[in-house]
Amino acid sequence: MISLYARRRAVNIVASSLMFAATCVGLFFLAWILWTTLEFGIAAMHWDLFTKDTPAPGDGGYGLRNAFVGSLILMAIALSIGVPVGLMAGTWLAEYGGRSRMAGLVRFVNDIMLSAPSIEIGLFTYAIMVDPMGHFSAISGGVALSILMIPIIVRTTDEMLKLVGGELREAAIALGAPMWQVVTRITWKAARAGILTGILISLARISGETAPLLFTALNNQFYSTDLRRPIANLPVVIFQFAMSPYANWQQMAWAAAFIAIVFILGISVCSRLLLRSGVKRT
Amino acid sequence: MDSSEAAVESKLPPAIEEPAAAGRGLSLPADFLFHKLAVFMAAVVGATLVAAVAAIGYDSLPAIKVFGVLGFLESRRWDPVSQQFGAYPFIVGTLVSSAIAMLLAVPVSFGVAVFISELAPGWIKQPISAAIEMLAAVPSIVYGLWGLLVFAPAFANLEPWINDHLGAIWGVGALFRGPPMGIGMLAAGIVLAIMILPYIASIMRDVFVATPARLKESAYAMGATTWEVARRILLPYTRTAVTGGIFLGLGRALGETMAVTFVIGNSNNLSRSLLMPGASIPSVIANEFTEATSKLYVSSLIYLGLVLIAITLVVQILAVFLLGSLRRAPGGTR
Repeated sequence: MISLYARRRAVNIVASSLMFAATCVGLFFLAWILWTTLEFGIAAMHWDLFTKDTPAPGDGGYGLRNAFVGSLILMAIALSIGVPVGLMAGTWLAEYGGRSRMAGLVRFVNDIMLSAPSIEIGLFTYAIMVDPMGHFSAISGGVALSILMIPIIVRTTDEMLKLVGGELREAAIALGAPMWQVVTRITWKAARAGILTGILISLARISGETAPLLFTALNNQFYSTDLRRPIANLPVVIFQFAMSPYANWQQMAWAAAFIAIVFILGISVCSRLLLRSGVKRT
Repeated sequence: MDSSEAAVESKLPPAIEEPAAAGRGLSLPADFLFHKLAVFMAAVVGATLVAAVAAIGYDSLPAIKVFGVLGFLESRRWDPVSQQFGAYPFIVGTLVSSAIAMLLAVPVSFGVAVFISELAPGWIKQPISAAIEMLAAVPSIVYGLWGLLVFAPAFANLEPWINDHLGAIWGVGALFRGPPMGIGMLAAGIVLAIMILPYIASIMRDVFVATPARLKESAYAMGATTWEVARRILLPYTRTAVTGGIFLGLGRALGETMAVTFVIGNSNNLSRSLLMPGASIPSVIANEFTEATSKLYVSSLIYLGLVLIAITLVVQILAVFLLGSLRRAPGGTR
């Protein structure tokens, strides 16, 4: 008996230490990645990054202005397509579709698209936009990013609207409000924090996406705001600069990575605070 | 009470009668339009998957016509100069790098999840969960940058040791012999493992935490150790969702592009050793797409994408079915 007990205890101690070690491994890699990005990113910070455009190969100097502007434009396009589509589709699922067969199908497809590799979304957008148009363009990059963000918005909108109590809806309907007003004035408002969180999370997700942009927006060494032409953007600049032999290009890749991470962490902190305040209120 | 009820009653009749005539006329088309718009957007979302497969399938038709299906899947030759394209080395590369990632990530994720749900003191659970989930927030391009410029040089220092020790094992030794370059199949698998760790770990943690306390506590009351509870209560109870989480991570690993492209080495030749460079389907597409000049070349790369969709779709559908009603809240925390 004693030996069995001792063995079980020993196994438990070994297993518990391994679990602790596993957690340490995860935290170690997080710390390593964040630390190097911080270290190299801050070392490469330079005022020129924000005021000059990306230098030509072999030229010294710094500059990422065109990439910042390009990334912001791409995000704006993605938001302006992704938010209405995602919001309305999620609203249909929660308010009209319910448990119907079509709602089940839409949720299923949405779940698949939610975890679809981003490179497949890039090839899809290439096939429907770049190939027919004949050239890479900023607008196709924005569309690719919107396809990536829509499933996230649909899922969170659907879930957050379902959390809104039925009594609120019934009260509004009993007062004679038409359905569209019930949705826009009552349930959207009640679920506001959650829906906004979903949009923020989707923005964080697409802000570092590179693979879909390789087939759509590509890159542009020069400053451009023309939606029909290729456009510079941070992720593809990181990709090209990191693979390059030039020291200043590699430094700029780190600077861009650092800024991307700060942006993403900032958004996730905001969304957590927003969600917490929203949960408290209801 | 009485007076307020009377006040409501006196106001009610005009409130119903007056706007009814004008308001209904205005609101019905708005209601109709709102409903139709919502249905349309939902239909658009529901159609994306079929549209994606159809569009990518259409663009790969030229390559399908030339190489066929089996011929493309089995051919080892990828030669842009002579316009010969085969998917075999990339399919193997995708599967091998993902297999390495799963072998490393699944046990570590299980450890992290049990640690958070059972072992860690209360005050530390939330910070550790948040930190592990932060791994999922880091964009894959940053994993790639870090993998190429920081991890690979460090890993190259470790590779002679791998050569001497793992490479000496009879049978599997050949897998671990090679020049210490840092980049290669094994490095790609390790970086992939770090990337998918948060996805698997957070699903496992969610279902472990959601396991009824009655079950856990009756086991503890019988004298079970933490490990026995994890092994004999948590795991059997959450088997389906845990498998779903593993498939979700596998789907991520199979389709991951940027991080793999940076560290896998991008060699189109298959090698026996895991320390040698290789290529996966996403990495070859990302690397060669902008350089592809002929129509057949581009079409073959898109055909590779179609093969990737076929592989990942099976894994994703399994994951969605296994995870079933377990739908995660935004932000990942509960």
